[in-house]
Amino acid sequence: MINRNPQLDAQGALQHLLTTEGLPAAILLQILDTAESFVGVTERDVKKVPLLRGKSIFNLFFEPSTRTRTTFEIAAKRLSADVINLNIAVSAQSKGETLLDTVNNLSAMNADMFVVRHSQSGAAHLIAKHVRPDIHVINAGDGSHAHPTQALLDMFTIRRYKQDFRKLRVAIIGDILHSRVARSQIHALTTLGVPEVRVIAPKTLLPKMVERLGVHVYHDMTKGLKDIDVLMMLRLQKERMQGANLPSQEEYFKYYGLTSEKLALARHDAIVMHPGPMNRGVEIDSAVADGKQSVILPQVTFGIAVRMAVMSILAGQSVAKGIE
Amino acid sequence: MKIHIKNGRVIDPKNGIDSIQDIFIAKGKIVAIGSMPDEFQASRVIDAQSMIVCPGLVDLSVRLREPGLEYKATLESEMAASVAGGVTSIACPPDTDPPLDEPGLVEMLKHRAKSLNQAHVYPIGALTQGLKGERLTEMAELNDAGCVVFGQPDGLLPNLRVLMQAMRYASTFGFSVWLYPQELSLINDGVAHDGEVATRLGLPTIPVCAETIAISNIILLAQETGVQVHICRVSSAAGLAMIRLAKQQGLSITCDVTINHLHLSDMDIGFFDTNCHLIPPLRGFGDRDALRFGLLDGTIDAICSDHAPVDEDAKLLPFAQSDIGATGVELLLPLTLKWGIDMGLSLPKVLVKITADPAKILGIDAGHLSIGSAADICIFDPDAYWKVTAAGIHSQGKNTPFMGMELPGNVCYTLVNGHIVYQRPA
Repeated sequence: MINRNPQLDAQGALQHLLTTEGLPAAILLQILDTAESFVGVTERDVKKVPLLRGKSIFNLFFEPSTRTRTTFEIAAKRLSADVINLNIAVSAQSKGETLLDTVNNLSAMNADMFVVRHSQSGAAHLIAKHVRPDIHVINAGDGSHAHPTQALLDMFTIRRYKQDFRKLRVAIIGDILHSRVARSQIHALTTLGVPEVRVIAPKTLLPKMVERLGVHVYHDMTKGLKDIDVLMMLRLQKERMQGANLPSQEEYFKYYGLTSEKLALARHDAIVMHPGPMNRGVEIDSAVADGKQSVILPQVTFGIAVRMAVMSILAGQSVAKGIE
Repeated sequence: MKIHIKNGRVIDPKNGIDSIQDIFIAKGKIVAIGSMPDEFQASRVIDAQSMIVCPGLVDLSVRLREPGLEYKATLESEMAASVAGGVTSIACPPDTDPPLDEPGLVEMLKHRAKSLNQAHVYPIGALTQGLKGERLTEMAELNDAGCVVFGQPDGLLPNLRVLMQAMRYASTFGFSVWLYPQELSLINDGVAHDGEVATRLGLPTIPVCAETIAISNIILLAQETGVQVHICRVSSAAGLAMIRLAKQQGLSITCDVTINHLHLSDMDIGFFDTNCHLIPPLRGFGDRDALRFGLLDGTIDAICSDHAPVDEDAKLLPFAQSDIGATGVELLLPLTLKWGIDMGLSLPKVLVKITADPAKILGIDAGHLSIGSAADICIFDPDAYWKVTAAGIHSQGKNTPFMGMELPGNVCYTLVNGHIVYQRPA
């Protein structure tokens, strides 16, 4: 009953990007290396390459998002693809159409690729299982499960600033329980050979047996940040106060918010990351977010190159041929 | 019709029979086992050479989806599925739409079932009106209409005071109460066992204490009220341990396990397989192993299929949004046999868990092959393996985690009241 990894085709090449879990390091590195070649493109005056000319990419956002949808759109356009944005939260679903009906209808419009964001864990897997074999699915975030392109752009950023994954101590801080970003980061970091990944959170925001994912669990920032090279902050959703997960934003900030004082506990050259959008004064202090150790804005820039890389690899284009 | 079943290995755990003998049936009853009665003229002879002849199976949880949920399944489809699985007596949970809380509904169901002339149907009456957990149902009237026991399905344990009173009221009349140990406030929006798999998949979880706290409440209320309690569908090692202890201390309670929980764990969810979206959730390996041994040592009294046909579309959704349940009545025998093979048990020890023992829990005269009793009989080939396919399943629900698997035990004939209600196509 254990199925083949649904993201890979019979030859082991990437067919869909659904999660970083189970992807071989070679594929993760292929994406990062390809993204390197696109960083140059995004810095040029003419920011387009013709790799995906004539391809139709549908952004299917069943859950609102500005940043992720925009960066996917920019990435697709820079590859010369046609981009169709669908904000499905307010259209078909409210008329009672099922997820797969929506996808089948769009497939009939000759889609080549779906970029999917959905509030339910497993939505991207479900779509990937039922689309025509020539359609590729990119998971742009499903419930609390996975957000692989975010994790890949994080890996890209880490490699840019810290080079060798095998010498790093990385801490992921915040609401691990509900975070698709954290799960995807953990799998990517462990696959790329980071020897020590820590998660730091109160017990109400940690999933059961999280240590089985290969992380060390800390509840105390003072201990958890010692000797850390990379701090990956997570967004804290305001609704977590309602579900008896936390008493207040103030108490959370006091014990788990990243301030300059707490950052000083990490290595002096540590970098600070955040997937955005940030809650200043809740999980991160402005002095840190805007400080010299912050790489939060470069993350956003690299996000475009990484998404271009994923799309071009899925479309099976030879990168070397496309960029002269 | 007079039927002569010859050359079969007759296994009747209740009467301690396990030998190759012939069975003779007349006027719907078993008239002789062994030698042919004088002047017996069989109108039909069934050659059961190399087959097992055992009591028709008793399944403690089969949803027929009527009334109200016919888009999922109908009485016709599910009764046909039952006899194709060798099941001749079925207990039906009250979670229909509307629930089985009025004598008229129960009478209609009994009447419809009887007219189909297949398996015997035993409706489980709703313990509270509308299953809302607020007001008691007319249990005595429901009993007259055909409800043998009373239950509250799926995590709907009401307000504890109402539950206590319902149990007291049921015990007045000697009815037993069937309860599903699920503490609703701990389930919340959970869909999977609180373990490594749910952590990886980012699925909302149901902790083990949702079951153990409910079992604790049930045990204490059983002691308080003195009612006979049956705990449906135990899923965890910890819950099982509590039941074992209560039994050792002399409390007269029984419990069952489903074929799914006996063989699967949360690992089987794989990449969001919605066929594994079940309540209670599939738990860890350790829990599954504890259930397998708990069944062996008698802590668990019976195996049920927890048959829950679901329409195809309702499973083609993200995991947490998909409908709960799996089809199963046709897999009761194969998966029970598989448990026996895995544990190295003799057939009588295995078959008792789906014949005499569940019949006793349900309080019906079934699950045995005594002379003079109704000829409800299952004849199967224990050595034949068959592949579970959508086309091969009679149930309208094609949703099962076992789809595509090869399983042992192929039902060849099913008899109810001496009529051949199922015969495997040649």
